[in-house]
Amino acid sequence: MTLWAAMLTATLVMVVITSVLAVVLRDLLAAALALGAQGLLLSLAFYLLQAPDVAIAQAGVGAALTTAIFLLAIWKTRRKEEE
Amino acid sequence: MTVVVRTITRILFPISLVFGGYVIMHGHLTPGGGFQGGAVAASGLAMVLVAFGAKRLAEKKGLLSALESLGGVAFAALGFLGLGLTFFANILARSGGLFGGPVPYGPNPGELNTAGTLPLMNWAVGFKVLAGLGAVVLLFALFGGENDR
Repeated sequence: MTLWAAMLTATLVMVVITSVLAVVLRDLLAAALALGAQGLLLSLAFYLLQAPDVAIAQAGVGAALTTAIFLLAIWKTRRKEEE
Repeated sequence: MTVVVRTITRILFPISLVFGGYVIMHGHLTPGGGFQGGAVAASGLAMVLVAFGAKRLAEKKGLLSALESLGGVAFAALGFLGLGLTFFANILARSGGLFGGPVPYGPNPGELNTAGTLPLMNWAVGFKVLAGLGAVVLLFALFGGENDR
């Protein structure tokens, strides 16, 4: 396994882990941050797949802007999810 | 937010704006362009909104709206500029001048001022995306009022 394949595999595994965390976590602030980390790791995966254009757009919109919108929404409502 | 977040935002906000401008300016040579650079700059704006609260930026709504309209009008005007040939014809390319330098032949590191109207369109799209995404986050942060932190 080359270094590129190892890095891509590790990145995709971490994308899956952070996605599951974003669904499972009951603290909505932690879930939003896990979703932001998932966007950043997905942007790294796009970069490793030699699509730097998509990677820049994903890092700007998917990792930064959606996280900011989720943070503002959590501040305006409540932080803990109810059962 | 805490003083740590505010200090890091003071350092990172100009850097993100400059990097967004770089991505827009080199959009016709390297990966990136108007939308990507505008999104990078708007992420810096969203960082300021989260760190300092939306009330300080509430009076900038008119500026963002004007900037977005200016970007759209500039893009359409640059399209109509080439109407002698076709719509969106690149009339500034190979015309001498600032944006119309000769395109080098063969492998080269990239000449910046060779693309005619394309960098101007990239700037128009970049300002439109920056103002549009910034206005979305700003209006969302202002929504509701008193619970704003």
